[in-house]
Amino acid sequence: MKLEAKSITVIAGETKIVSDAALQIGEGEFVGLIGPNGAGKSTLLRAMVGVRPRNAGEVMLDGRPFESFTPRERARRIAFLPQERRVEWRLPVRDVVMLGRYPHHAGFGGPTTADRVAVEQAIAAVDVTGLEDRPAAVLSAGEKARVLLARALAVEAPILIADEPIAALDPYHQLHVMEILRDQARAGRAVLVVLHDLMLASRFMDRLALMSDGKIVAEGTPADVLSDSRLRDVYRVDAIRGVEAGAAWLSPWSRASERA
Amino acid sequence: MKQGIVYPVLIFLLLAGVAIAATLSMLIGPSGIGFSQLLGVIGRGDDGIAWTIISEIRLPRTILAVMVGATLGLSGATLQGFLRNPLADPGLVGVSSMAALGAVLALYTGISAVFPLALPLMAIGGGLACVVLLQGLAGRGGMLTLILAGVAISSLAGALTSLALNLSPNPYAALEIVFWLLGSVTDRSMDHVLLAAPFMLAGWLVLAWTAPALNALTLGEEAAVSLGVDLRRTRALVVTGTALSVGAAVAVSGAIGFVGLVTPHLLRPLVGHSPARLLPASALGGALLLTAADVLVRVITPGSELRLGVATALIGAPFFIWLVIRARTELES
Repeated sequence: MKLEAKSITVIAGETKIVSDAALQIGEGEFVGLIGPNGAGKSTLLRAMVGVRPRNAGEVMLDGRPFESFTPRERARRIAFLPQERRVEWRLPVRDVVMLGRYPHHAGFGGPTTADRVAVEQAIAAVDVTGLEDRPAAVLSAGEKARVLLARALAVEAPILIADEPIAALDPYHQLHVMEILRDQARAGRAVLVVLHDLMLASRFMDRLALMSDGKIVAEGTPADVLSDSRLRDVYRVDAIRGVEAGAAWLSPWSRASERA
Repeated sequence: MKQGIVYPVLIFLLLAGVAIAATLSMLIGPSGIGFSQLLGVIGRGDDGIAWTIISEIRLPRTILAVMVGATLGLSGATLQGFLRNPLADPGLVGVSSMAALGAVLALYTGISAVFPLALPLMAIGGGLACVVLLQGLAGRGGMLTLILAGVAISSLAGALTSLALNLSPNPYAALEIVFWLLGSVTDRSMDHVLLAAPFMLAGWLVLAWTAPALNALTLGEEAAVSLGVDLRRTRALVVTGTALSVGAAVAVSGAIGFVGLVTPHLLRPLVGHSPARLLPASALGGALLLTAADVLVRVITPGSELRLGVATALIGAPFFIWLVIRARTELES
């Protein structure tokens, strides 16, 4: 299944937050949407998922206009993990993950066998087994992030979109979440992720889209997109690079203005 | 942290509690008609004085206590779930004050003296006017806009109620208004029941419809929308359901506070903190609390009866303080 955003424009007040941006993801792809703070990444993501209205442009889901799907049909096809990691009311972990099944039934009546299986699999995939009865609100940041990821996985949607899923996680859990997301893509899902960590982006992603001032300014393989000149222009940083076990890596090293 | 009690058992216990409280409510009163006479009256259906007291005084009072309590518990739980604000109650969105204003206007203008059912009718009208105002003011905005609009409407209705008191033609009219505002289910007739019940039942159905969306909203608005929740529709259901049921409840009982605020808090841990499962439990819990409180005021102050709204506030406020202290130690430990 393919999700395609065509010339999306989002305006807030007088400011164009996203301007004529196009982005598409397809089956089995692990795509990173990167760019400095305020570039419009989260807004583009929200417009693509339908949680924020757009001022112009079109979103096509599986070749059909987004609006031709009911909210529930759309929710079964696109799982969205917002940046805000919020769980109210001390709801236990199992119930939080079960909320991912909301689009699959009216919500009245108990969970079906398929629901239970999806929840168990999602809990196992993010490695939070044993926490099922704990309130999600009191978990550590790393545990909570993985529980909410499990909630998104439990939707079993062909498209998974996550806004900064590794923000505020320690290195171990960052790597863990990136591996989970990559495995989802390898299993055939289309996975689109906003992230700031260029090292992880260059290492894990198949394709990167670089945003600056509301526009997609570059798109392609990590090696193509993260050239020295673009890092300087868009991020205003210089990076150091290396090769580890055949894979190229880079890490931002100094502010470009310092050197100039 | 395992759930302490199985959900169907909890619901059964609450139902049993409501049944016991309602039975007590049918048995206790200044006339001293007890259990054997009650059975006799039900069995024979005679038309003596006992029959009159039971069917025309205690029965409407009991039905209203149960229904008003259920309305307050259900709407409190719905509003807390929808706004994800533990302080939300039916008063917060302005419905109670608008319904009270409608009733006060009926008393102030004297229409209610000529046509008694004008009072509940105008109160329901006030509740419905509140929906129109809320949708107009906050129909497009978020949760915060709804709360602010509710507070603004409450303040305006409160000010107009004060104005009516201020300008009331004689002290007796002012006293009548004040006593009505205190809240009570005494001396209501079956006419009141028949008038308010359809609105309350309709409101319950509308509120119950929001249950699944309330669960999804646990994750925040964005996640809920991405799961297929129609936020605008859900808000319209919450506001309409609250106005119908609470408007009708206030119309027949006056302003009874704290039941809608406290009941959801009491029961939330017992339903595993699920906003959807809380709704039926909180409705039954509200019915139980209000009916029990109504029995209590008859027992502790026979004769010069303590007003039900005063009693719920006297019990509810200290209880709420205890909840705050408990939540504080829970949060800070």
